[in-house]
Amino acid sequence: MITFFGCCCCCSAIPPACSIPRHHHHHHQAPLATYVLQNNQPVRHKKDSNMSSIEDAILTFLSKSEDAIISDTYTYAEEQNMNHDLVIGSVKSLLPDEYVATSDLSTSFLTLTKEGTEILSNGAQEVLVLAALLEDGSGEGLSMQELQAKVGKGVCKIGMGNCMKNKWAKKGGDKIVPIKKLEEIKDEVQIALKSISDSEGKTDSVDSKVIAVLKRRKLVNSVTRKSYSVTRGPQYAPKRVKKAADLTKEMLDSGAWETTQFKNYNFLTLGEKVGGGYLHPLLKVRAEFRKILMQMGFHEMPTNKWVESSFWNFDSLFQPQSHPARDAHDTFFIKDPASTVSVPEQYYERVKTMHEIGGSGSIGYRYDFKREEAFKNLLRTHTTAVSSQMLYKLANQEGGFKPQKYFSIDRVFRNETMDATHLCEFHQVEGLVADYDLSLGDLIGTIETFFQKIGITQLRFKPAFNPYTEPSMEIFGYHPDLNQWTEIGNSGMFRPEMLAPMGLPENVRVIAWGLSLERPTMIKYRISNIRDLFGHKVDMARTRTAPVCRFESAASV
Amino acid sequence: RYDLLCIEGLTMALQVFQQQRETPKFVVTEPKHRLVVKADTERIRPFVVCAVLRGVKFDKHSYNSFLDLQDKLHFNICRRRSLVSMGTHDLSKVDQTAPFVYDARRPEDISFVPLAQTKEYTNARELLDFYRTDPSVKHLKEYTDLIYDSEVYPVILDSKDRVMSLPPIINSDFSKISQDTRDIFIEITAVDENKANIVLNTLVAMFSCYCETPYHVEAVEVEYEATGRKVVTPNMNSRPMSASVRYLNAISGLDLNPDKICAILTKMMLSGTYDEKSDTVTVSVPPTRSDVLHACDVAEDMAIAYGYNNLEKRPLTTITVGRQQPINQ
Repeated sequence: MITFFGCCCCCSAIPPACSIPRHHHHHHQAPLATYVLQNNQPVRHKKDSNMSSIEDAILTFLSKSEDAIISDTYTYAEEQNMNHDLVIGSVKSLLPDEYVATSDLSTSFLTLTKEGTEILSNGAQEVLVLAALLEDGSGEGLSMQELQAKVGKGVCKIGMGNCMKNKWAKKGGDKIVPIKKLEEIKDEVQIALKSISDSEGKTDSVDSKVIAVLKRRKLVNSVTRKSYSVTRGPQYAPKRVKKAADLTKEMLDSGAWETTQFKNYNFLTLGEKVGGGYLHPLLKVRAEFRKILMQMGFHEMPTNKWVESSFWNFDSLFQPQSHPARDAHDTFFIKDPASTVSVPEQYYERVKTMHEIGGSGSIGYRYDFKREEAFKNLLRTHTTAVSSQMLYKLANQEGGFKPQKYFSIDRVFRNETMDATHLCEFHQVEGLVADYDLSLGDLIGTIETFFQKIGITQLRFKPAFNPYTEPSMEIFGYHPDLNQWTEIGNSGMFRPEMLAPMGLPENVRVIAWGLSLERPTMIKYRISNIRDLFGHKVDMARTRTAPVCRFESAASV
Repeated sequence: RYDLLCIEGLTMALQVFQQQRETPKFVVTEPKHRLVVKADTERIRPFVVCAVLRGVKFDKHSYNSFLDLQDKLHFNICRRRSLVSMGTHDLSKVDQTAPFVYDARRPEDISFVPLAQTKEYTNARELLDFYRTDPSVKHLKEYTDLIYDSEVYPVILDSKDRVMSLPPIINSDFSKISQDTRDIFIEITAVDENKANIVLNTLVAMFSCYCETPYHVEAVEVEYEATGRKVVTPNMNSRPMSASVRYLNAISGLDLNPDKICAILTKMMLSGTYDEKSDTVTVSVPPTRSDVLHACDVAEDMAIAYGYNNLEKRPLTTITVGRQQPINQ
């Protein structure tokens, strides 16, 4: 229903009120009825949609006597020519201020569906069918097709079935034969619908069993209308008085404060939720690790390059170009730009030589090193690519090599099959120490110190293999939370074939270890599926409610 | 460690580690056969290495193990046959009157009955199409891409010009081996000669224990027609690798005397000798240990044999001051 408020916009066929010739007493007359469009028909517009005037009307009505009651807002609205919804609205706005009191009413009544209305005028389908069957007077009946042609497919479908059910007709060969005559039968359905329609939908106009049948045939609908009966409320007054919400200076000055009515404070409302930022659990753990590593004297490496050349990611680390990890299966190669622009040329030559024929005590890999392969761009598969660049810088800095400790915690990308514990993107924590004459003992010592700080004190080491470290060790720790031994990291000493081309002095050795960020986070926060932690399937509520991350460190460290 | 890919290699390594036996010494006997490599192979798959295992006695388990190792190596170091591929043949079934030939011929000139089939395919390209489309042989489909578009396909032929194999796809049916085969001819074609040698060495080293004379491998002379180069394969010589005692101890954080070091390394199949003058240990790296590239590999083996969990830890003495990246603060 389209409602136009005020008299301005109306159906064009009806002259607007303002073009009616004025009379002297025009303003005493009731304004001419305005029309609105309802279902494309002009319908008389309900009087005055101004809420406050409805409120006044209600209050005035209730002023008649102390026991005055609007027994049903619906009938009241009809009588007063008001929009029922607006009446309800007004009642509801008077309610909190306790001007009125209400009790709920709900009335059910029946309405006819489109089909029901059709039957009301034409008669039930089964009667139409029977009439058609008897039309030619022979009593022989009709075939299906003839019947369909006479009454229409829809009527035939419903009517024929009911006809047979009521035993008004039967099947005779391929024809449908009428048994009864029109005079012998009663159109029960039409009668019932008429009763309902006449009583304006009263639910008791017809037996409830009949109603059920009609509902099943989708001829009537049950509609419930909510309305209220309204009486005076404890704060009733014939006219609404606006309550003040605040005490103002003017009120104090003028003395109005003595007589003004004030709104009650509602102490039961909850405060408005203040939004705030929340750190993702991964970042919480990352912050802890960063703190720990900096306490141990490590420098953070600049890892803000996610795209690396194969040269830095693989070749400079002495990983052969034919290594399976360099397949498209495991690495994400960049489509555009596909190749890097430049690498330090002299260093490149030394790396190439090392791969092809060896040197510095190594026999090398002995294959043909390809420049195009080295220049391919990719999303880095480990932060060791950055470590490599840092070591190169360290070897060639002003003043020569000086011992240094580096760390980084950042994102890496691997084209892996995804499952509950693996994603394509994850975060690596990496630490490395470059110094003279380092040994495995130093590596074990450093690793122990680090893990002690996050509460894992029992460690065991197992031989492992990495293309760029030799010796390599897998780190296993007894996890206090899980109460079992689990793999917690990987470590090793960088191969001389990797360090020599960089120009590091011969007895400088680099020890390194790494772990993923996701694993400790998942253990700490008891998350079993990595997709609940990282990615588009993360539950934001979890980020909001994730507890502060604190690692209990072993007492003495 | 490709030698650990099969049960034979694993048991050998463990037994040596537990000092139940010594590292076997492989003997390569004089070649009785030759293989000539035609110039056209340069265009598609240039290198080939061969060997013969005489008087082999397989049982069901060892035969399966032999096939399994080939599969694993194919998948692994051979990079799914793209770099290297192996073929094994029953020597008694092929004609040995003249040298074997490794050639690259046009597909329409290649005709043979492939393994597990009964039909003779007169055009190799048709055979590849068969492998590409028929579901019963779909496991071979991925390898067809390696040669499909080439003008010439690599083939190994016996003296009667019969096709013994079409690397890297399939061998022929007539020369196929079975559990009862006594003399095995192994040919390995490749685009990377170094890797081909590693694969050949691994294969024969692991299975020569079943030969008539254990650990004896019969060589084959390979002659490259285009350049005249002649290679006798396999080369199963051990190579020396030296490492100073100081270095070995420094890496592992231990302080072992040279005798102890040699004893430990022997357990890892790296037996060696100590030279007092230069204070170095020189180990003899067997052909099964293609992973040893540098002294650091020796050092790792020493540390592993000693036991990582027995190493002494040292607290880190490098003094540096921590620092963070400004952007992360």
